[in-house]
Amino acid sequence: MRVAVIRFPGSNCDQDAFFAVRDDLGLAADYVWQADTSLAGFDAVFLPGGFSYGDYLRCGAMAARAPIMDEVRRFAREGRPVIGACNGFQVLCESGLLPGALLLNSAQKFICKDVFLRAETKNSIWTQGVNKVLRIPIAHGEGRYVADTDTLNALESEGQVAFRYVTPTDEVTQSANPNGSARNIAGVVNSRGNVLGLMPHPERATRKLLGSDDGLSILNALKLVTSAR
Amino acid sequence: MATVRIYVTLKPSLLDSAGRTVAGSLQSLGYSELTDARIGKLIELQVEPYSEARVREMCDRLLANPVIEDYRIEAISTS
Repeated sequence: MRVAVIRFPGSNCDQDAFFAVRDDLGLAADYVWQADTSLAGFDAVFLPGGFSYGDYLRCGAMAARAPIMDEVRRFAREGRPVIGACNGFQVLCESGLLPGALLLNSAQKFICKDVFLRAETKNSIWTQGVNKVLRIPIAHGEGRYVADTDTLNALESEGQVAFRYVTPTDEVTQSANPNGSARNIAGVVNSRGNVLGLMPHPERATRKLLGSDDGLSILNALKLVTSAR
Repeated sequence: MATVRIYVTLKPSLLDSAGRTVAGSLQSLGYSELTDARIGKLIELQVEPYSEARVREMCDRLLANPVIEDYRIEAISTS
C-alpha cells in the first residue's frame, strides 16, 4: 500500500500529508510531481493543500489540467482512494471529479481556525470510520462551497455530502459555517464514494500534540486499502 | 494578429463577496446611488489567426468555470 502525494508548484501542505501518511498511519508515501504521467506502483492519491499555480485564474484551475491528473482520473474511475484537502478539494472540483466549486469566503477573509465536522454519509470509505463530531483545522480564503440547487439536492439524496460544518454539540447552524458554504457543506464524495474533497485539513490533526488527532478517523481509511499489486 | 478580450463574470445567482465589500466601501465614500457592484475578470489574448470557435474552446476548457462563471468574447482588432 503506497500513497502518492501529488506536488504542484505552490503546494504547501505536501509535507504535512506525507508525514501524516508515513509517520502517523505507518504507510508508504512518495511525492509525485505534477508533470509526471504515471502513478504506477501507487494505490491511493493525496492532493494536498496550498496555492497551486499561485491561485492564478481560479484556485486549482491550472493544477486540475496538469499532466498527472489523467492518472488521478484513472484512479478515480477504477475506484481507488483519492483525497483532496483544501486546495486539493479545489483541484478535484476544477477537474470535474467532484461537483460544485469553491468561492471566496462570504466574509472575504482568510480563515484559520478549528472547525467541527459531522460525517453525513456511510457511503464512502472516507467516512466509515467516523463515529463522533470531529475537530479539525481549516485554513483557506476560498472555501465557500457552491453548486446549483439540483446538484445540491442530488448530493443529499445520493449520500454524497461527506461532511458538514456543525457546532461542537453537533448542530447545523449558520454560526458553525465558517465560510458561507451551501448547506454547511465542508466536503463531498463522488457517486462511488472513493474520491473525497474537503476544505478542512485532516493531515494537520493527526496527534494530540497538534491539538487534535481527529483527522485520523478520516485518514485511517487508507489503512484498509489493500495493495493492488 | 487579433486582440481578443474575454470578460469572465460570476453567475448572477452567486454572491460576489468581494464585489459586495467594494460596494460597501463606495457607499461609505458617499456614493449613495450605488446599489450593487460585481467584480469580474478581463483576459486579453493575442492570437494569429483568430478563430472564434477556438477561443470559445479555450474558455470552456480553462478560462471560465461553467459551474460558477459566464463569459463573453469580444474581438477588438483584427489586422
